[in-house]
Amino acid sequence: MKKIDYPQAQGPVAGPQVGTSPPRLEARRKVTGRAAYVHNMTVPRMLHAKVFRSTVAHGRIRSIDVSEALALPGVHWVLTGEDIRELVPNPYYGPAFHDQPVLALEKVRYVGEPVAVVLADDPYVAADAANMIVAEYDLLEPVYDEIEAMTSSAIVHEELKPAGTFPDLKHLNGKRDTNIALDYHLRRGDVEAAFAGADRVFEHEFRTQATMHVPLEPMVSMAVPDDDRLIIHTASQSPSFVRLEIARLLGWPENRVQVKVPHLGGGFGAKLYIKLEALVACAALIARAPVKLSLTMEEQFYTITKHPTTFRIKTAVDGEGRITGRRCQIYWNGGAYADIGPRVTQKSGFTAPGPYDIDNVEIESYALYTNRPPAGALRGFGIPQLVWAYESQADLIARALGQDPLEFRRRNLLRDGRPQATGTIMQDSAIHETLELVAERIGWTEPFDRGTGPVKRGRGIAIGFKASISPTTSVAMVTIAADGSVSLSISTVDMGQGSDTAMAQIVAEVLGIRTQEVNVVHPDTDATPYDMATLGSRSTYHTGNAVKLAAEDARAKLWAMAREAGIDPQAGFSRVAVFKAHYGMQAGTIIGTGTFIPDYAPADADGQSPLVTPYWMIGATAVEVEVDTRTGHLRIARMINAVDCGKPLNPRIVETQISGAATMQLGFTLSEEMNFEAGQVTNASFSDYKIPGIHDIPVVMENHIIEAEQSNAPFGAKGVGESSTFGISPSIANAIEDAVGVRLFELPLTPEKVLRAIRDAAGNPLKD
Amino acid sequence: MSKDIAFTLNARPVSVTVGSHENAVDVLRRFDLFGARESCGQGLCGCCTIRVDGKPLSGCLTLALKLDGATVETVESLDADGQLDPVQQAFIDQGAFQCGFCTPGFVMMTKHLLRDHPNPDDEEIRSYLSGNLCRCATYPEILKAVKDAAKKIATAAA
Repeated sequence: MKKIDYPQAQGPVAGPQVGTSPPRLEARRKVTGRAAYVHNMTVPRMLHAKVFRSTVAHGRIRSIDVSEALALPGVHWVLTGEDIRELVPNPYYGPAFHDQPVLALEKVRYVGEPVAVVLADDPYVAADAANMIVAEYDLLEPVYDEIEAMTSSAIVHEELKPAGTFPDLKHLNGKRDTNIALDYHLRRGDVEAAFAGADRVFEHEFRTQATMHVPLEPMVSMAVPDDDRLIIHTASQSPSFVRLEIARLLGWPENRVQVKVPHLGGGFGAKLYIKLEALVACAALIARAPVKLSLTMEEQFYTITKHPTTFRIKTAVDGEGRITGRRCQIYWNGGAYADIGPRVTQKSGFTAPGPYDIDNVEIESYALYTNRPPAGALRGFGIPQLVWAYESQADLIARALGQDPLEFRRRNLLRDGRPQATGTIMQDSAIHETLELVAERIGWTEPFDRGTGPVKRGRGIAIGFKASISPTTSVAMVTIAADGSVSLSISTVDMGQGSDTAMAQIVAEVLGIRTQEVNVVHPDTDATPYDMATLGSRSTYHTGNAVKLAAEDARAKLWAMAREAGIDPQAGFSRVAVFKAHYGMQAGTIIGTGTFIPDYAPADADGQSPLVTPYWMIGATAVEVEVDTRTGHLRIARMINAVDCGKPLNPRIVETQISGAATMQLGFTLSEEMNFEAGQVTNASFSDYKIPGIHDIPVVMENHIIEAEQSNAPFGAKGVGESSTFGISPSIANAIEDAVGVRLFELPLTPEKVLRAIRDAAGNPLKD
Repeated sequence: MSKDIAFTLNARPVSVTVGSHENAVDVLRRFDLFGARESCGQGLCGCCTIRVDGKPLSGCLTLALKLDGATVETVESLDADGQLDPVQQAFIDQGAFQCGFCTPGFVMMTKHLLRDHPNPDDEEIRSYLSGNLCRCATYPEILKAVKDAAKKIATAAA
């Protein structure tokens, strides 16, 4: 057995840590298959849960017969919504609205909604028993489409129930008989006057489809009753929120609920806020036994999706091709439960006019309930849907004006110091540099082979931006043990994005040690302090700032202790010697803490705010695409991505995030689409839902980091997990038009759609 | 129906009672081997890749009963002596994973590829790894890691 070679705690001077690329802290665990995931966990006496799901999209529950399931040997419990209500009188949860029942009550609102749960010794027995449950429903009229939901007589929720967490949703309390969960409005200048005085006005409608995150570790949670406490092991991106929400549901103090998160097998927004936790918590308390619920890949599709959208965009331009006004109407298909949809509607909604300098703007953004699986956050928090529209339209306008698409963007892009639609000043954002880099790398101004045979080649470019979700809080704790070794406690979840390593680099940099010496304590709400959630590329900036403050606090305490002992902290010293001098032996702990919450100014009734976000994220993409005019097949010959992420903490991990996010969005652009029939997902598996594989990555792919210092950020760094998704879809659609002269308005850009458009344009349409 | 089976698991003889409905991943979990993971449940993602009698198989599609008398190797066999396999080291050196859930499957399939083709070209790599999915899409780094592993193995043999 080879001894594990631990880094020496008192090694030579460490050198710079931030800005270098040490391997991930957990690298060895992951390549050996020994990393801990909730997926792997079992505890004695554990019961396996299997969910019985609704087969109708909208209906009143007439009866649920569980008798046959309950009689199956090995089955301990079969629970319905009424059983849950005996434990939790008001069993509705959610981050924005308290609208989602732990198990359906009175009504079901989508196909796949949890109606009952079986608890059994064995997972196969639980699954068999779930198949024996019989539910009857009185069917109600369903509504599936976001536009129809605006005026439909089918009402998904009779009354709106905003959570009260967000003060700007309070006005919705008690609103009845509407599917509009939230209507967000922004007004700047006079958009009607801009349209009236415009040289040209362009009006288009763009749509996006339902997709799913499909983390390869399907959602999984386990609750373990512990006398007057409850321990929840969960694959969650937001342990602090899970604790808060479970405590609220149960009416317990937060300190009675312990939420622990080991490694995550992918998240991408699927594992945010609260998903399976309320169900396992209630089931475990009723059964007085540990309960584990592991979803199958299929069941993930019934749990959370990415919002389908319709975006109507109307743009006024003057004689020089300057955008003078823009109206954005966005309809977000939120499915049956709000999840975080209303925040997507609002927080991404205000970026809908794009990173352009426009004096007159109007935005209407609607979160809509429909009878589909709930929609939430998916890598970009709504931004890719918006960029799809405004960057597709940018090319349509440029072409109509006879201008070069790059030139048109250059003319209209925001410059540092100019106000965005909210009135917040654009700063520390390398918008122009990011666009110019991808244009230069693709060789925008250089001639290229456009193809003479049936395969045509074209180029496209696109740029997008995103605000950070604000205001949110992160707390960090850095402890130094008496031998001088250092631990970092945070509730930020490393789901593969590398936050453990990046945060350890910050600690190491401040304390002058090596990154590998830092132990990062995984989220455990009994031990790690509050963090709002791991979402929206917020961790680097928010948690990063808190971690830096905590490390500086620990360092200050260590230095003070050294000075007390007559040791000069500037001269280089043994940390253990300081502890020995102070405590008389190798004893004691130094605890450094840091809390970070960025400045924020709430928006007024017109959506105007001097400080709506602490920073902006920028991403641009240029592509060269080959279109086979015989089949409609696309081949991405070259893809150039660039992002402004401030100063990268770990350039190699950043590059992997850029290429990974771009490839994920490539799937959402070319192949991924959830199909529905009467509300039922008909392709909820990898055999029918195609995610990118190793054959699908672009032939040539470059991923660039624009180094632009972000102020008030830890070592100048800001988030990067989503930025390269922004430009992917529209740059490809723009390249298709460049290659074959057809324009697609609806994602995904499947060969069938491309071929139909080509044949339509040729006056030779394909038969259905 | 259940049956007692005996097989060789990572060079150790083992015996276990399995149900006719259980698959290889279910059985491996009983031995606390979690490197092979059921994800898609259809043999399409490669997360559950194991080696049975020298052939890579999807554990989720392999009935446990079929393991009777077989020689089974999992990712946990690769560093049994405490030393990382060159493929594992190459995945670390090239940063060829993010969440790590699919990584054991890629490592197992890369081992198989390099046995068949010690010096693979891009097309061979893509072909062998086309049955493994990485939702984090760390594919460019995986391509590099496979080549790096080939080099490491060749250097060690030289």
